[in-house]
Amino acid sequence: MTAEPLPVSTPTSKRTEALEARPVNLDGFVEEWPEVGMVAMDSPYDPTPSVRVADGVIVEMDGKPRAEFDFLDQFIADHAIDVDTTEQAMTLEPVEVARMLVDPAVSRSEVVEVAGGLTPAALLEVVKTMNVVEMMQALQKMRARRTPANQAHSTSARDNPVQVAAEAAEASLRGFRELETTLGVVRYAPLVAIALQVGSLAGTPGVLTQCALEEATELELGMRGITAYAETISVYGTEPVFCDGDDTPWSKAFLASAYASRGIKMRFTSGTGSEVQMGNAEGKSMLYLEIRCILVAKGAGVQGLQNGSISCIGVPGAVPAGIRAVLAENLIASTADLECASGNDQSFSHSDMRRTARLLPQLLPGTDFVCSGYSAVPNYDNMFAGSNVDSTDYDDWNTIQRDLQVDGALRHVPEPELLAARSRAAKALQAVFAQLGLPTITDKEVEAVTYAHGSQDLPMRDVLEDLKAAQSVMDRGITGLDVIKALEASGYNDMARTLLAVLRHRVSGDLLHTSAILTPELETLSAVNDANDYAGPGTGYRPAGERWEEMKRLRHVVSASNPETEVG
Amino acid sequence: MTKTETRSERVLDAVERGEATVGTRPDEVVIGLSPAFGDFFTRTIVDIPHAEVLRELLAGIEEQGVGARVIRYRGGADLAVIAHAAARLSGSGIGVGVLSRGTTMIHQKDLVRLSNLELFPQAPLLDPETFRKVGRNAARYAKGESPEPVPARNDYMARPRWQAKAALLHIKETEFVTPGAAPVELDVRIRLADAG
Repeated sequence: MTAEPLPVSTPTSKRTEALEARPVNLDGFVEEWPEVGMVAMDSPYDPTPSVRVADGVIVEMDGKPRAEFDFLDQFIADHAIDVDTTEQAMTLEPVEVARMLVDPAVSRSEVVEVAGGLTPAALLEVVKTMNVVEMMQALQKMRARRTPANQAHSTSARDNPVQVAAEAAEASLRGFRELETTLGVVRYAPLVAIALQVGSLAGTPGVLTQCALEEATELELGMRGITAYAETISVYGTEPVFCDGDDTPWSKAFLASAYASRGIKMRFTSGTGSEVQMGNAEGKSMLYLEIRCILVAKGAGVQGLQNGSISCIGVPGAVPAGIRAVLAENLIASTADLECASGNDQSFSHSDMRRTARLLPQLLPGTDFVCSGYSAVPNYDNMFAGSNVDSTDYDDWNTIQRDLQVDGALRHVPEPELLAARSRAAKALQAVFAQLGLPTITDKEVEAVTYAHGSQDLPMRDVLEDLKAAQSVMDRGITGLDVIKALEASGYNDMARTLLAVLRHRVSGDLLHTSAILTPELETLSAVNDANDYAGPGTGYRPAGERWEEMKRLRHVVSASNPETEVG
Repeated sequence: MTKTETRSERVLDAVERGEATVGTRPDEVVIGLSPAFGDFFTRTIVDIPHAEVLRELLAGIEEQGVGARVIRYRGGADLAVIAHAAARLSGSGIGVGVLSRGTTMIHQKDLVRLSNLELFPQAPLLDPETFRKVGRNAARYAKGESPEPVPARNDYMARPRWQAKAALLHIKETEFVTPGAAPVELDVRIRLADAG
């Protein structure tokens, strides 16, 4: 008797087929490998907390005598940890500090003071005792600014300045208080940075703009007043990775002081996974290394930090408890009394469920910037390689805010207002380009961008002409004041006045305060005049009044008085 | 009619020829390979054979009538460092850096290291045709032209899918770094696996 030949592969069940087809299975997951640092926050190779002070100097930290400090240890020990309180603070059990973080009866400033004496390993031990709900409870108290805000990316796959301007206008109307751009072709930067600045003025006033670039050019654009702040000043948790970027904590601190010298807001950037991504994690957990970055930022004296893994999110996202570690980063940055622009800014998952789950730990407690880059353009145009949320998620975001009565700092805007702002942004840029002798923006482009969703809906520009013009912006020494004059000369007086007011804030230096943003009335709102006063139920920031009414509006809400119609 | 393609795999033979020197030809491009390219590693993150990568880069350069040299950068696995080192060794001042996983950059010697002429950061999106275009553009820069940049491809889902694997690949590549070692000149031969 001959048997039927066995199938080559084992058949799979219909259930397995259905599960295999789910987007989450396109995500990459890897095993932990603590020896090389491929582990989120629980590694046998992380140091044990310790501290010893002699003659006002930390002479031992986390099991290492001063003679063995690397440059991060030294910088942190000398500039980030309070030598007067550290020995006392380090006597507390990690769980005691964690309870102070969670307990609404303990004030934010008490926690900040204790945390100021803790070493990196001690801070790690504290958050290791906390689950994500406890961390969220702590974060709503530890966030520096009382009122949450949000930041958007406005970029273009073709580096099209007209698109960047229109999207900046729309994003400002939707509620973002900071806008960031970057480039596919870096030489486009001056034109696109001008476009972002001009476009943002056509919506809600007082939006700050930045252009993420190589550091020298980024600084120059800031000093010229073409951008209003900077964020992509990266710090890393191990010496070799720092050195790969030709940097030390001192060189970054020097760069920070260059911005401060001109009254320009800036924050550092760091995040879990960067060291292991660059192959030099020295066998430490991602979170331990990130805590070192947070303390370098604090030691350098910058007002804030963008963290939450950021561009390395695929790394913690691939290991167990990685997203818990990402929340812990944000919490520790806030506890270090820094502004925290809390990630959610990079494509994270193919699964809508998973990317929402990744977002809630920052959205629910609120942070200084819930996203440090919500993509205001469709993700195919996002030159930061995609965000966790993009311009097709606006209605979902607004609905989640309304469902949970949680302020994610955005709002629904009726289409006519959006179209008017987009069109005005493009026309203003058209005028500014003409005034500055930059390549023509046609009426056809203005029309197209008003109604566009992304760069695929726009006419092509002459890239080579644009690149030549971009170089001429640098060569001719064009500044923010030239942009103001060009706006004024073209009749955009309100926009000119707003930009002048934004630049004038450099003189007062108010934007150097922790968590500083500008209100639509062009007043600074920061941890100084809007300090987080959360102290349990009934206290702290809660969306109410006009803001809550605004949050109730969605694209489609059936009218109660006439159910055959919709409101808004 | 159906088209069948029988393509046998190409193999890369790279022989070290001593320390790399600065080129004198004003019309050359230097390709800088990462420490484990075509050595411990044989394929990019999306399984394009390294022989194919190099073949396309070289073909792109040569079709512009420009010469090419290949070096191995041994002292680091950072793309900007490798590409800039290649540019500084190049008679034209134009270099291309390539990592084992496929990430590629065109650099010019007078730019600061962390800047570049063109960067192709998403290795999973680089196919043989793109490598050909990269070679072509590098050659055109070497001739003093201003080519349109190779269109940047962007797959925002590359990160969630590939980033952790890229990290593992990079860790492995870093194990082959010899700190302080000078770049070496390579004699490169690309042949069909079943030839001979």
